[in-house]
Amino acid sequence: MKIAVCIKRAPDSETRFRIAASGTGIDEAGVKFDISDFDSYAVEYALQVTEKGGGEVVVISVGTDASQETLRKALSMGAASGVLLKTDGPVFDSMAVARALADELQGGGYDLVLFGKVAADTAAGAVGAMTAELLGLPCVNSVSKLDLADGRGTARRDLEGAAETVEFPLPAVVSIDEGIARPRYPSLKGIMAAKKKPLESKPAQLGDVRVKIAKMELPADRPPGRIIGEGAAAVPELVRLLQDEAKVL
Amino acid sequence: MQDFYDIDSQLSEDERAVRDSVRQFVDEQVLPVIGSAYIEGRFPREILPGMAELGVFGANLPEEYGCAGLNNVAYGLINQELERGDSGIRSFASVQSSLVMYPIYAFGTEEQKQHWLPRMARGEAIGCFGLTEPDFGSNPSGMITMAKEQGDGTWRLNGSKMWITNGSTADVAVVWAKTNGDPSDKSIRGFLVPKGAKGFKAKDQKGKLSLRASDTSELSFDDVELPADAILPKSGTLKSPLMCLTQARYGISWGAIGAAMACFEEALAYAQNRIMFDKPIAGFQLQQLKFADMLTEIVKAQLVSLHLGRLKDAGSYTPQQVSLAKRNNVNMATDVARECRRILGANGILAEYSALRHMANLESVYTYEGTDDVHALILGQAVTGISAFK
Repeated sequence: MKIAVCIKRAPDSETRFRIAASGTGIDEAGVKFDISDFDSYAVEYALQVTEKGGGEVVVISVGTDASQETLRKALSMGAASGVLLKTDGPVFDSMAVARALADELQGGGYDLVLFGKVAADTAAGAVGAMTAELLGLPCVNSVSKLDLADGRGTARRDLEGAAETVEFPLPAVVSIDEGIARPRYPSLKGIMAAKKKPLESKPAQLGDVRVKIAKMELPADRPPGRIIGEGAAAVPELVRLLQDEAKVL
Repeated sequence: MQDFYDIDSQLSEDERAVRDSVRQFVDEQVLPVIGSAYIEGRFPREILPGMAELGVFGANLPEEYGCAGLNNVAYGLINQELERGDSGIRSFASVQSSLVMYPIYAFGTEEQKQHWLPRMARGEAIGCFGLTEPDFGSNPSGMITMAKEQGDGTWRLNGSKMWITNGSTADVAVVWAKTNGDPSDKSIRGFLVPKGAKGFKAKDQKGKLSLRASDTSELSFDDVELPADAILPKSGTLKSPLMCLTQARYGISWGAIGAAMACFEEALAYAQNRIMFDKPIAGFQLQQLKFADMLTEIVKAQLVSLHLGRLKDAGSYTPQQVSLAKRNNVNMATDVARECRRILGANGILAEYSALRHMANLESVYTYEGTDDVHALILGQAVTGISAFK
């Protein structure tokens, strides 16, 4: 089975962010980047499928040259080859990113195209579905379990208080939720082997980029805590505030 | 901790990838269990399969023996990250890699290499290294353990070894012994002694207040019969075990940096959040001076080890340069751990924080693999041309 996994270079979620001087992005100085969380689950799932049933995993990323390191990490985990669809800077327009990916995936002979369900930074969750539409393939989002057999896929989606199972023919586009597979640590041998694996770089065919980030700002500081009284006497007021103000009860 | 001197820019992409992978492993697999393992006084064996899968054992040995074939800087970074977890974890890997796999690789036959190295890389076989004896620590040339060649080419081994990391769990011991009644250190050879050999006993040394997450044992050999192929044929004279120690000491110079980084990071976070007299204690000049001093020393140590690693990769480093790095970096880390313990105030004595654990560990590291004093004398001899040992 030939599986493509589309991965994004995203800032580590434990980083403390600063807004860049441009006001439209984060200051990347000192920020650690990695494969976006959900994308790394997708890579791990794809590797497990091909390790059991044969085939190969190709990782693809739309981004600047810096994304090569992200692709290289996926190669060190075990992917066979990587493709960087190169851009001059960050691209926020999901449709443009989807066009570039569809252009690359078209005719690639993939049985399955995987995405993380959302990117760790933008959390838009749109590129997977848009790519599926451009390729004319069935699309299932937020999948926490996926079985593949006889040219068909069976996927579980965890919903609020329920789970649904869906079936679809391959090839298909699937976006991956957590729980499907725990990403492995790149082994030291894997890291050395990755240096010799093919990593192609070519310009991303973005087309017309229509959506841009106009302004980025940090959330406002939270107001300081309040002491509303002491002991049992304070309970009615506490309950009222939790109900009416915080709206958590 | 913050890469204040942008030392990352001096590392290659794969060196950084190796460091980051081991770092993530330590964060997720070692740090959650190390505090309790330390209190229980046990090596956390549950992390062993993960360490092996990652490929840390013998990581700088060639791929043909199932190893990763990394350069020495990457190997150093592995040690740094492991000791950011605990010196006991790093010691386990140092012994396996530098003191057992390395001598088999350097002094062994092709059969010995093929037999032991791949399974040691996979963590299926554990090794230990027996050089130090109860009465001969800093002066190994005085060792009394003796191997005698029998008429049929087999060997008979008698003696004892002490302070042996992994001694009681090892599947094979690399034992250094004088041979055929010759008391000079020129007769020293290395032997592979398998676990369970008749007359070979290993007993854990109890009551340690340092390196508690590591097994330390006493080995005794009472007329142990060894086959002819137990000897490491290319080993000879005290120089052979000292070559192993140079490998291990190189790794230790990196490991100590990891311990210091862990303590620094923890104390800094604490000082930034701990409010006293209405402001974080990090805002007081007395604490800032400590952090400035510690940061400076850690950066210097990082640059020393990185440069030493580049020299080692170029094949031009000397044991004396390794002495400088081991001595400086372990001393530095011991000081940093103690200062950080103090910055943490009363919390600093709890196992929940790492500073006192690192501080206690580093007292062992200060003493083992050439004490601080011995390395001072090696450097003294290097600059004056006069040996203070004799």
